[in-house]
Amino acid sequence: MAEEAKQIDIDEAEDKKIENLVQFLSFTLGDEEYGVDILCVQEIRSWEPVSRIPNVPSYEKGVVNLRGAIVPIIDLRERFGIGHLEYTTLTVVVVLQIRTESEQSRVMGVVVDSVSDVIDVDKKTIQSAPNFGAKVSTEFINGLASVNERMVMLLDVEKLLKLDDLNDEDKR
Amino acid sequence: MSIDMEQFHQVFFEESFEGLDIMESGLLNLDLGDVDDEDINTIFRAAHSIKGGSGTFGFTAVSDFTHVMETLLDEMRDGRRLVAQQVVDVLLGSVDCLKEMLIAIQDGNDIDNSSVTEYQKALEIELNGNKEDAGAESVNNKSAEEYVEQTSVKNENEQGWNITFRPHNHLLKTGNDPVRMFRELAELGVLKSTVDFKDVPDFFDLDPEESHLSWKLKVVGDIPEIEINEIFDWVEGDSDLAILPLIEKNIETPIKTSPQVQKTITPQQTETNNKPEEENSFKAETEIKSDTKKKSKKRAKETANTSSSIRVDTGKIDTLINMVGELVITQSMLSLVGESFELSKLDQLKNGLSQLERHTRELQESVMNIRMLPISFVFSRFPRLVHDLSTKLEKKIELVLVGENTEVDKTVVELLSDPLVHLVRNSLDHGIEMPADRSAAGKPETGTITLEAYHRGGNIVIEVRDDGKGLNKDILKAKAVEKGLIDEDAVLTDKQIYELIFMAGFSTAEKVTDVSGRGVGMDVVRRNIQSLGGNIEITSELGQGSTIAIHLPLTLAILDGQSIAVGDERFIIPLGAIVESINISEEMINRVVGKGETFRLRDEYLPVVRMHDIFDVKTVKATKLTEGLVVVVDGHGMRCGLFIDDLLGQQQVVIKSLEANYRKVDGVSGATILGDGSVALILDIPGLVRLSNQ
Repeated sequence: MAEEAKQIDIDEAEDKKIENLVQFLSFTLGDEEYGVDILCVQEIRSWEPVSRIPNVPSYEKGVVNLRGAIVPIIDLRERFGIGHLEYTTLTVVVVLQIRTESEQSRVMGVVVDSVSDVIDVDKKTIQSAPNFGAKVSTEFINGLASVNERMVMLLDVEKLLKLDDLNDEDKR
Repeated sequence: MSIDMEQFHQVFFEESFEGLDIMESGLLNLDLGDVDDEDINTIFRAAHSIKGGSGTFGFTAVSDFTHVMETLLDEMRDGRRLVAQQVVDVLLGSVDCLKEMLIAIQDGNDIDNSSVTEYQKALEIELNGNKEDAGAESVNNKSAEEYVEQTSVKNENEQGWNITFRPHNHLLKTGNDPVRMFRELAELGVLKSTVDFKDVPDFFDLDPEESHLSWKLKVVGDIPEIEINEIFDWVEGDSDLAILPLIEKNIETPIKTSPQVQKTITPQQTETNNKPEEENSFKAETEIKSDTKKKSKKRAKETANTSSSIRVDTGKIDTLINMVGELVITQSMLSLVGESFELSKLDQLKNGLSQLERHTRELQESVMNIRMLPISFVFSRFPRLVHDLSTKLEKKIELVLVGENTEVDKTVVELLSDPLVHLVRNSLDHGIEMPADRSAAGKPETGTITLEAYHRGGNIVIEVRDDGKGLNKDILKAKAVEKGLIDEDAVLTDKQIYELIFMAGFSTAEKVTDVSGRGVGMDVVRRNIQSLGGNIEITSELGQGSTIAIHLPLTLAILDGQSIAVGDERFIIPLGAIVESINISEEMINRVVGKGETFRLRDEYLPVVRMHDIFDVKTVKATKLTEGLVVVVDGHGMRCGLFIDDLLGQQQVVIKSLEANYRKVDGVSGATILGDGSVALILDIPGLVRLSNQ
């Protein structure tokens, strides 16, 4: 009986290990590497011209027609204040999707420099974001993970997609 | 009961509400003098399916209540009860009450028990009142019964059964033959039968397929009850049946066959007997799961309220399928051309493309068509409203409905009903005069209210017409002056005077009734109509009546737009908002306090809204007002001139929500996708005017 129980423990532990693994899509912005939960990624597209929306912060680039849906495009570089890069045909738009409380999905595209990899991260090894005080805004960063000696900043997609809250403070 | 019943609730509610509507219109259509059986049958069927459904889902209160209604209707159906106005009124009230109960259940609220018991009582009074009458009738039956009793008294020690067997009319159609049954009975013992012909109709009314006879049977012999029951097993639901032992009667009082004590197995009673069991088991089951279930119930309810469904004519779906078929054919033809394309096939390609275009357009039209409902969905409630109100106000009013099959978008239909109710009530209360006044004015005593719907251009027009006293311009004006809304010496056109009615707090009614007259209604009506993108206008002639016409766009999903260019960007202005487009010259421009620009358009000074500035468009082009174009727009009565670079063209655009993935943007009501796949914003004119004022 005791052995059996032990066996179950081990199985459970292994299950847990698998359970604890989370996959992230990593991409770069300048020298920095970021990751988003792969379950939030709907598709990856190349940059195409957007229709500008008047009177919104400059990082909200505008909206595009994504198979009949109107989808906003946000420049993550500008959002994080890393400086603007000219858009080329190689510029990538990661289309993210989340389900909101009301069971409706919300879709948004973020402009990044390039998509690098899909990485497996053990939940336990995720380190919480360091606190820089008011100097550096880490509000979108869920945590830090180390992959092949590189630091990847894991983004909180839900917070990223909540545009409503941001606007009041950032309005030009 | 492991199936989750919640998923069927929505369907049940929909069907029930439909059933209630059928009952209501059926009751209103009943011609009291000459009742059509089919009408009553329709009402009965509707009530019956509500009862059945609510029983299944464990809505005891509803099924019990409907049961009483059903019993009453059943008596009417069988001709045992005269269809009187009083009964119809009680039933109409009950229909309302039932509707409230269902709504309460649907929303998860408690049922208002007081009104339920009130109507239940009213129904029962009707029912019992009839019982007394029926009692008098049944005296005739007594003679036959007494005969049976007498005979049975003679053979006091006989063992056996007394059977009263009254088949329902349709018994023969179910394939049962009483004669065969009697033969079987005769095999069990000595059979004595008495036939009652009194229900047999005149020869000319006789339907040979119906049974109108009833029998009193006496079987003598030592027969177990079960054997008797077996014989009548098949007809139990289709007949009134009473089986009583002979012997028991002899031991006790001989007047045992009186109807009250008889164990009459009517189909309705078997149903009520079974139901409580079902309900109890259902209840027990829900209690066990109470906690989790309650939560899921709550959620289910939330979704039930938000999700809405639509019933579509199968014809429309067939057209759609045909259309898709055509589209597939065109597509395969095009891909064939594309596979090995040579310049010689250019014509073929062009043909195919134009076909594709046509099919796509047709497909779009028929998909839009699915959302279209006939306006009768709104109109159907008015006969009842007019019936009730005219009785209350003691006026004689005839309601005429024209163009009920005119189709409108579902959203429009839903939002239209409240404003229309208000307008009809107004016409009833203020428009149509009392019968005496009408005849004094040389008009027929019965006033007419006409509800008419028709298409005109891309709009639907709904008119509420009455032949009542019309609007008195002088009184309206005097009232407006009294309220300080206009100056005493203001000169107003007829149209402007009628417009006064739409102002908040404006009422000419001498006294406020519970029907209307508070002066809050019309401005709400107008706001509702405007929020639908429509407008409302009044024409009236004193003494002849008035007409209120509502103009609405056919659909809310597609809009006629004017695309404009501002710098490199394109926007859409709803065509309805545009008054005119002009080139302005230097002399027309005026400045206010050095900054605000205005221009004179005929007699008006209108502010200029520079689209470049307000939307922050980077442009090297026109900065001088004289170089661009000014589009005069009207947003909820506020006019202004939008300064733009160019007008591009008119087109129908499909409105897409910006808020679904983004959020509300000031001055923009939505977005649309242009022919080249890019997104253009649709301007929200009132919002834009507000924005420019900031």
